[in-house]
Amino acid sequence: MSTKSDLKSEQDEGKRDFLIVSTYALAGVGAAAFVWPLIDQMNPAADTLALASTEIDLSSLEEGQAITVKWRGKPVFVRHRTADEIKQAQEVSLEGMRDPQTDSERVTKEKYIVLVGVCTHLGCVPLGQKSGDVKGQYGGWFCPCHGSHYDHSGRIRKGPAPTNLEVPSYKFLSDTVIKIG
Amino acid sequence: MSKPKFKNPVVKWIDYRLPIFTFMDHELNHYPTPKNLNYFWNFGSLAGIALVTMIITGIVLSMNYTPHVDYAFDSVERIMRDVNHGWLIRYIHMNGASFFFIVVFIHIFRGLYYGSYKAPRELLWILGVLILLLMMATAFMGYVLPWGQMSFWGATVITNLFSAIPVVGESIVTWLWGGFSVDNSTLNRFFSLHFVLPFVIVGVVILHLVALHRFGSNNPIGIDVKGTQDTLPFHPYYTIKDLFGLGIFLTLFAAAVFFFPNFMGHPDNYIEANPMVTPAHIVPEWYFLPFYAILRAIPDKLGGVLFMFGSIAVLFILPWLDRSPVRSSQFRPIFKIFFWVLVLDCFLLGYLGAMPAEGIYVILSRIATAYYFFHFLILFPLLPYIEKTKPLPISISQPVLSGSYTAASSAAREKK
Ligand code: HEM
Ligand code: FES
Repeated sequence: MSTKSDLKSEQDEGKRDFLIVSTYALAGVGAAAFVWPLIDQMNPAADTLALASTEIDLSSLEEGQAITVKWRGKPVFVRHRTADEIKQAQEVSLEGMRDPQTDSERVTKEKYIVLVGVCTHLGCVPLGQKSGDVKGQYGGWFCPCHGSHYDHSGRIRKGPAPTNLEVPSYKFLSDTVIKIG
Repeated sequence: MSKPKFKNPVVKWIDYRLPIFTFMDHELNHYPTPKNLNYFWNFGSLAGIALVTMIITGIVLSMNYTPHVDYAFDSVERIMRDVNHGWLIRYIHMNGASFFFIVVFIHIFRGLYYGSYKAPRELLWILGVLILLLMMATAFMGYVLPWGQMSFWGATVITNLFSAIPVVGESIVTWLWGGFSVDNSTLNRFFSLHFVLPFVIVGVVILHLVALHRFGSNNPIGIDVKGTQDTLPFHPYYTIKDLFGLGIFLTLFAAAVFFFPNFMGHPDNYIEANPMVTPAHIVPEWYFLPFYAILRAIPDKLGGVLFMFGSIAVLFILPWLDRSPVRSSQFRPIFKIFFWVLVLDCFLLGYLGAMPAEGIYVILSRIATAYYFFHFLILFPLLPYIEKTKPLPISISQPVLSGSYTAASSAAREKK
């Protein structure tokens, strides 16, 4: 049985539902729009993003030596590799590597390997820059935190790290001066 | 229960308008509590006191602390050397965190042993696990504040865990740091969150207590209270028992603060943070060691992270993993043995978390991790089908009066 007043109240309900749903939707959009700045403020600020690049003079870096410089708050490794190390890095088979990359993909001048000195596992600084350091089974770098071994090309060979040590963007300004970033 | 009669006219006046005294009388004085609680039931109130201690010492530490990479380490040293009683306040806060975790871990294992997570206390348990998570976050961020080597590298390793998340991982880590490494923005936000999270914990603790007082405490034999003969009013019996426990707790706590304040810490954290050099051996605070061991046991980055968080996630669903209707281990002979195996397993994981991740330690970590998950995911659901539980007593009063649970209850069963 549907009287006139029943119909009317049904219509009213429809209108009311519409009002409620649209109010919720609008409030939701408003809340999201307000929350976004609160979340995004935690991302790097403009001055952090505008970090200067770093120049390094490698002329005094002898064969077999390495230096560490700071870039964006992180260490960058530069190693002047010996002929033997270069040969090993180039000739090793990529088969079975976790993150296969040839040595030439990772260097501009094969003498110098430039790497971000941050273990790709959980961010420790691997050992191997100083002459007395443990360099791991592949002679490159060894991360003491959870035991990642990197080779002469900074490629991950053993341990939990998922990828090779990152190669930062850099270019040679002269034969022995590089600019990172 | 009758309405309390307050004699003091001021109390009366206030209570009529704001029944706070009636509420306290109800929840802290008359509150009916099972009469057979043992000392393992002290750890709830101890946890509450530890939380309050942390908040009070934390607020006064903040009055002398500077959250900036160039000043944080020195400001903590200044607290230690120059601020009046600063050493005491910091040592209380530092050791307080450890004692807080000791108390909460015992509290949790109490719940596991006596089946306190079972119906109708599932939400009570889940709120407890939530408190544990919040505590871990708070303690982790607090440990970063003194800006020592362990602060810095602990923060680096733990925040990097999120980089294991596929696709968005790196962006999340950058977002957490507010830069490209753990740096000043990170320290600032950690200080802000470290300050506020304990108050969030207070909020969850209040919900935890509301849920507790809905059905009251579980008890060592794990059967429901049948009537007033099974309970005692909370005051004075349990207030005194809690106070006695508190006395012992404070004695041990004071012994640590005054005689071995750095025993549970790591000496490297008295070296200022250096983003260029990772200490040879990074270890988290002892209360994170079992979780850290699980992280390192898995040879895959994402897998390690998932298993580590999973070890807490299983606690959330525990009320539905354990299918046995019997709560207390006292009536579950097999469960009881495995409970102690789990305890040993957690100690073993803690030990392994402190050892270097190589050789035999890796293998043992894997075995211990496997057992942990086996215990929760396989043993808990399957055990009720295998285990023959002992007969339950009729009520809490009965075994107490007759001296032996099993004799009394089997006699009662025969009568039926
Ligand atoms: C759940 C409660 C809390 C826990 C578990 C906790 C834990 C910690 C830990 C482990 C440290 C590092 C101690 C060290 O090695 O020096 C710390 C430091 C600190 N906490 Fe807390 N805290 C809590 C509550 C609070 C609150 C409520 C505040 C402020 C309102 C606070 C303020 C501080 C400050 C300023 C420091 C740096 C000084 C220092 O390192 O000694 N904490 N906290
Ligand atoms: S951070 Fe290098 S192995 Fe884990």
